[in-house]
Amino acid sequence: MSDPVTPPARSGSDATTTDPTTSSRAKDHSPWNWLLFVPIVVPLIPALFNADSPRFLGFPRFYWLQLAYILLGVATTTLVYQMTKNRGDR
Amino acid sequence: MWRDHLTEIIIFTGLFLLVSAMGFVAARWRAPRDMAHLDEWGLGGRNFGGWITWFLVGGDLYTAYTFVAVPALMFGAGAAGFFAVPYTIVIYPLVFLVLCRLWSVSHRHGFVTPADFVRRRFDSPVLALLVAVTGIVATMPYIALQLVGIEAVLKTMGVTGDTALARHLPIIIAFAILAAYTYQSGLRAPALIAFVKDSLIYVVILVAVLWLPQRLGGWGAIFDAADAKFAASPNPNDGVLLSADNQLQYVTLAFGSALALFLYPHSITGVLASRNRDVIKRNMSALPAYSLLLGLIALLGFMAVAAGVKPLPGAREGTVDSNTVVPVLFDQQFPDWFAGVAYAAIGIGALVPAAIMSIAAANLFTRNIYKEYLKRDATPAQEANVSKITSLVVKVGAVACIVFLDPQFSIDLQLIGGVIILQTLPAVALGLYTRWLHRGALVTGWVAGMGLGMWMLYQIPNAATGRKHFGGSAFPLADFGFDTKKTIYVGIVAVLVNLAVAALVTLALRAAKVADGADGTEPDDYFADEGDPRVTPGAAGDADPAREPVA
Repeated sequence: MSDPVTPPARSGSDATTTDPTTSSRAKDHSPWNWLLFVPIVVPLIPALFNADSPRFLGFPRFYWLQLAYILLGVATTTLVYQMTKNRGDR
Repeated sequence: MWRDHLTEIIIFTGLFLLVSAMGFVAARWRAPRDMAHLDEWGLGGRNFGGWITWFLVGGDLYTAYTFVAVPALMFGAGAAGFFAVPYTIVIYPLVFLVLCRLWSVSHRHGFVTPADFVRRRFDSPVLALLVAVTGIVATMPYIALQLVGIEAVLKTMGVTGDTALARHLPIIIAFAILAAYTYQSGLRAPALIAFVKDSLIYVVILVAVLWLPQRLGGWGAIFDAADAKFAASPNPNDGVLLSADNQLQYVTLAFGSALALFLYPHSITGVLASRNRDVIKRNMSALPAYSLLLGLIALLGFMAVAAGVKPLPGAREGTVDSNTVVPVLFDQQFPDWFAGVAYAAIGIGALVPAAIMSIAAANLFTRNIYKEYLKRDATPAQEANVSKITSLVVKVGAVACIVFLDPQFSIDLQLIGGVIILQTLPAVALGLYTRWLHRGALVTGWVAGMGLGMWMLYQIPNAATGRKHFGGSAFPLADFGFDTKKTIYVGIVAVLVNLAVAALVTLALRAAKVADGADGTEPDDYFADEGDPRVTPGAAGDADPAREPVA
């Protein structure tokens, strides 16, 4: 399905332009993307959080740990975004 | 009596009128030269940057109903209601890559709906029609549910009437105003209102979680009060922790709901309206701020337990309307003026998603039914016009659902909606990655998943309300012949069966050499970004608003 005429046509966009010789596909095929599975799998393991102790500020573990997973998700998506965003520029 | 709540009513009405005015003004905000195009009316010019997308998608996904129903579930069942937190955590990494691909291919080809994509990718109008109809059917009750959120607030303020019409009059007026400005301003209206809505919600919840625990003896005391309540109840599956039998349900419900959420047409509308791939990716890191908010809102359910809140009576004799738990808590614990602000946050919170959902449903009808089957040569102006009128019809339908039917009916339908929208996963989400599944197999899989899902939902009784069918989404595995008390989320089972059937039928159709149509997309389309020179001419370039700061 690949079109041999496509690469030259793709140049000419703004700062996010990929080098015509680099496949833009590389952007979505970074090994960093595998990290995204961590915040998908970890919050879905009840054995980790389904307990009362230790309490934190009065919150049972069930509640504070699941709220903490939000930070895990933010950290992971931010890291993956930062590590993958400039790949096409080089 | 409503006179006791006069301050609340005045503040609520004032803020409501303010956002209504904003809704009408929104037509001029970042205005294009030509509004008569579906890209402008239905997708806000496809030009929203980081901040707008954050407010818009956040205001879209975390609806008024969520804010009312999740704490109500915590109040009634405890830990099981907290599934909303893992649900809204796993969704963002899940869609980080997937929706970028959908954005790119839609940007490149000018797709407005997920069914547009399926049509081109699988060369199958039938499959596209199934996806469109599934989306519309799943969205309609969701809109009606937003009204349930407003009603819970109005009821608490004592705004009730003797007849059905008098009781529903405030909602009818609210939705008429909403319909008018959505008609005029399209997606720009909810985008602008979302700023007010979300700011109000953040303020209210931050105050609530800082102020209420002090009044109620601290977080430890709140959890202990909830624990005592559930320990005293005969139900084995409630409690501040999960029981051995409902953990599988908790996890599958969280995962299944996450998969379903971004298949909903209104989420996709919000995402397609963003300017480029970077905006989407950055938002996947920024949107979880709303998940934190939702987690704190969920805990309002336990605060209501600790504060001894008694929910208001329901529509029928002897029932309670558990959705009033949070409004009643605010009424008891906050000064009147601040309770008014909180109610306005919930009321306005209903308008943003309701507007986006009606726009998304209207876009589906216009692109995948009207243009596909009724008028093939429709101009962009005609498309925009049909969409505007359809959005009105959709809202009238939603109001009629609430006024003429038991609100419980909408809640049941919404439950079904999550299960059926999941059945578009193989065509829409997997379709973004592979065309291996045969179009005929995708249709067969959809039918199988839909049929099984409906049957399973039909089998589930609800002990609390004494209903025999459609009583919830937790299916007892014992009904499949397993010797266990565990339950599982219906949607996950249905979509797995859907996938299995689609895979088997694909093998059969390939062996029989049945024609598979032509793929109208190219591999590179899935990485196209803003400024791609191959973009199909559309409204792009009409609007040239100043760049706003990015999230």
